[in-house]
Amino acid sequence: MHRLRQWVRQLEARGLTDEQRRVIEFELALVEQGGDPQQAHGLGPGPVSRSLYSYCDPELFAQGTASPVLSLVAAQSLDHLLQRDLQREQDGFPRKIRIGKLVKPGRDGDDKVVVIPTTVEEKLIHDRIPEDEEGEGGEGQEAGEGGAGEGEEGEVIGEQPVREEQGGGSGAGQGQGGAHELESTVYDLGRILTEQFALPNLRDKGKKRSLTRFAYDLTDKNRGFGQILDKKATLRRVLQTNIALGRVQAGTRVDTNTLMVSPRDRVYRILSKEKDYESQAVVFFVRDYSGSMAGKPTELVVNQHVLIYAWLTYQYQNQVETRFILHDTEAREVENFQAYYQMQVAGGTQVASAYRLVNRIVVEEELARDYSIYVFHGTDGDDWDTYGEEALPELEKMLVYTSRVGITIAENGLEGSRRSEVEKYLAKSGLLETKKELLRLDVMAKDSTEARVIEGIKRLIS
Amino acid sequence: MELISQHAKRIMEGCKERARQAGLRFEDETLEYIVTNRDLVELGPKVMIPTLYDYWVQDVEVLREQGRYELYPNNPYETVINTRPPISYYNDNNPDWLNVMIFYHVIGHIDFFQNNLFFRHTWDYDFAGRALADKRLFAKLRSEKGRWVDYVIEFARTIDNLVGYFDLLAENGAAGSERPLTLLDYYFDLFLQRGPKSSVSRYSQEIERYNRMCREYPEDGETRFLKSVTEKHAELEALYAKKLKEKKTVGRTDPLLFLMEYSPFLNREENRWMLMVLEVIRSTSLYFQPQIRTKILNEGWASYWHDTLFLGDDRIRGHEVDYAIVNAKVTSMPRVGLNPYALGMRLFQYLEQRADRGRTGLAYFQTLDRHQRQRFDRDTGKGREYIFHIRQSHCDSMFVNSFIDQDFIDQHRLFVVGKRLNKERMTWQYYVKSRKAADYKEMVADSLYHPPRVQVSVGDNNVLVLEHLFEGKPLLRDFIQGVMLGLEFLWGGEVHLYTSVPIPRKAGRERDGQAKEETPKRTIEWKRFRYTMKDRTLARTLAE
Repeated sequence: MHRLRQWVRQLEARGLTDEQRRVIEFELALVEQGGDPQQAHGLGPGPVSRSLYSYCDPELFAQGTASPVLSLVAAQSLDHLLQRDLQREQDGFPRKIRIGKLVKPGRDGDDKVVVIPTTVEEKLIHDRIPEDEEGEGGEGQEAGEGGAGEGEEGEVIGEQPVREEQGGGSGAGQGQGGAHELESTVYDLGRILTEQFALPNLRDKGKKRSLTRFAYDLTDKNRGFGQILDKKATLRRVLQTNIALGRVQAGTRVDTNTLMVSPRDRVYRILSKEKDYESQAVVFFVRDYSGSMAGKPTELVVNQHVLIYAWLTYQYQNQVETRFILHDTEAREVENFQAYYQMQVAGGTQVASAYRLVNRIVVEEELARDYSIYVFHGTDGDDWDTYGEEALPELEKMLVYTSRVGITIAENGLEGSRRSEVEKYLAKSGLLETKKELLRLDVMAKDSTEARVIEGIKRLIS
Repeated sequence: MELISQHAKRIMEGCKERARQAGLRFEDETLEYIVTNRDLVELGPKVMIPTLYDYWVQDVEVLREQGRYELYPNNPYETVINTRPPISYYNDNNPDWLNVMIFYHVIGHIDFFQNNLFFRHTWDYDFAGRALADKRLFAKLRSEKGRWVDYVIEFARTIDNLVGYFDLLAENGAAGSERPLTLLDYYFDLFLQRGPKSSVSRYSQEIERYNRMCREYPEDGETRFLKSVTEKHAELEALYAKKLKEKKTVGRTDPLLFLMEYSPFLNREENRWMLMVLEVIRSTSLYFQPQIRTKILNEGWASYWHDTLFLGDDRIRGHEVDYAIVNAKVTSMPRVGLNPYALGMRLFQYLEQRADRGRTGLAYFQTLDRHQRQRFDRDTGKGREYIFHIRQSHCDSMFVNSFIDQDFIDQHRLFVVGKRLNKERMTWQYYVKSRKAADYKEMVADSLYHPPRVQVSVGDNNVLVLEHLFEGKPLLRDFIQGVMLGLEFLWGGEVHLYTSVPIPRKAGRERDGQAKEETPKRTIEWKRFRYTMKDRTLARTLAE
């Protein structure tokens, strides 16, 4: 907190507009109020409320076992369904199967993220009047819910933190099973995205690298000696020899006992040294987790990053390494997708910190030599470093070694529809034009749909 | 799926006997099946009707999370389905005492299905059989028309929640009692009042003139009157004839029926098979309509009876504690939330008590003195009779709106929960918002299933026009495109939808440099918009 204050003082010395000061004050306020409410105040879990139509006999009368009806149903294979969906498009109707994420609650809170296809049946139904999204405050306008028991009017009966701060302690033991689950479906998802949503294949820019690794394979053939006899090829040779000698005539039965076998007719497979030409990629997923990102922007960014990860996993045949980096005014690397996905704090925003960390990791681990490097950055576009004085030099450094930097700006709606700082200084720097092949920007509105997210991916990676 | 054992069936028959003695009325035959979890997984998407038609959406891995119900309530899965005979499903490892409890609950449902008037249209046939026939029809159509059958099913289902269920109820209720519109009715009820310069004095003058003529010429006063009128207004008869024709328009609030009747596309020779699909979707939807509109009542009734009958059952002595645990799970009032089992059962118990003391009549309501009211007891013993009457003639909204009163709220200490942001702690706080009956009633009524009301008509250039009647709620915008796409296909042309959209109006709230201390009261302005679907693209324009 102290450091943040210092930062702000420095920034103020350099001069701030009212608008910027307001954003900074807001985020500072969030830091002060927020932090980690759950631990600080020892709140119980918030009341769970549910619709009256969600109560049903099988669930209530089942003895302890959760209703299986709440689980998933799949009678036809995914491929079949997607085939059908493709056919829809050819028939002139929009696709209906979407890619969704399912958070599967684990036993000790180690939730797993599973990626599944979903669909909805569209009907004309009533919506709620949208709540006041900007203020996050005031009393709810809706009629409320039912309740029973003690308590005077106005008495508080339970509370729930506004933001769930999780992770941090996502140490060993957690995530392991979850990560595996994610891996196994991610490849499929990538395949589906590539095939069904017509995401482009990676263009091969001669980036395939030979690794210092050799594989030995029984691929070469040798006549006369070797490790394993190739029976079929040998037999063919033997027959050729015998035909040439006139010992086998067309139309007559071949008597195998009388065939002559020359030593040179034996064909063997032998081990040979093969250079491994697989290309590998390392992807940095960078996400702004500052206060202003809460809610929908985070959702959008994380969603897009899951899909990008899936696509790359498919493109590189699972040869993808991922690094997850979160930043507010400081950047930190987290271990796995789970933490990346869930962690939220209320802090300020400084994009440069994240870029600096990426650059440092790449240099320290000498990643640039052996890997194609991708960096995807999701933010709401706020940056205390208003003119990108620190972010831009770091970004330029980054563009030297990366195959692609994709920046997603998911608008948080706090500022209305003006262009965000990151967008502004990127545009000003001219990098978007001069390094068009390497740097892409995608700006999404807050209420973007899944289709828009996928559209955005195309923009970032094409 | 297999039938329950003979042993369990004997228990069931015992339960039926006791239920009959208590006054429940239902048909003799019932079917009970043991289902495994796998069966349930397959039955779930088919709303527990094993013979329901196949549809690919059922096959997609559908995420049935509970949150989904909030926006999009579906017919809930039940243990019992309203077929002839009624079918109910059980786990195979239930102990006998638990089976007894569930059997009573099931019998409560069956009694409700077979006596509540909102189910009137489901009484005369077996839905399982009909569904099977429909399923076979779809299978046959699929073999001829391929995937187009599924498109038609899909498009028809986009509007199957708007079926004219209440039209059907009205028809059933008023069968034969409707009087045809006469020229005289038309003249007074419509013609005189609709005209550009209608005035009360002119209307009463005409009434007066009519009465005078009837007095003067007792035999043919009316004819004379009409003759004078038609002479004066030459266009009257033509308008009347037009009106009569219009009267026959079906389903102005049932888009499916409307399409079947008037869609030029569907009535083309090569597309006539689609009508069959639409009819199946429509009748299936109609069949399910009462179920979702009687959730509180139905579950409350079943819970009331399992509670009443189980404790009086001599066969299960010694399991009272086990029973109490399960029963508490089913019928306890949650601290936050609305459990239809608990609310319905308490309401029935409350009403029975009140009727027993004669507190349902005029005498009670005319008693204004609070103390006298509290002591009011006529000892009529009519409680049972009264709740049987309610189970026959009410649905959820009537039930809730008529009977939730302050005494009930106080007795069960109910309240409305509010949610607000505590900025110091950055938490959502749940608090007791109100203990007033009116607020509670409003809250329950608000959470009841209520599909939008849409009127259908044909506009200029043969455009299908849907008019969403404004009830203070917007339509879910994400779904509009899909629905209108389907409608355009079924109509074979352009489709318009008029609906109201809330536009938040920002009060000047920017006070620079301050974390928002107070959010000013947000105001909403409703604007009427028109969605146009043409050539599979959707456009939205301001309609005013």
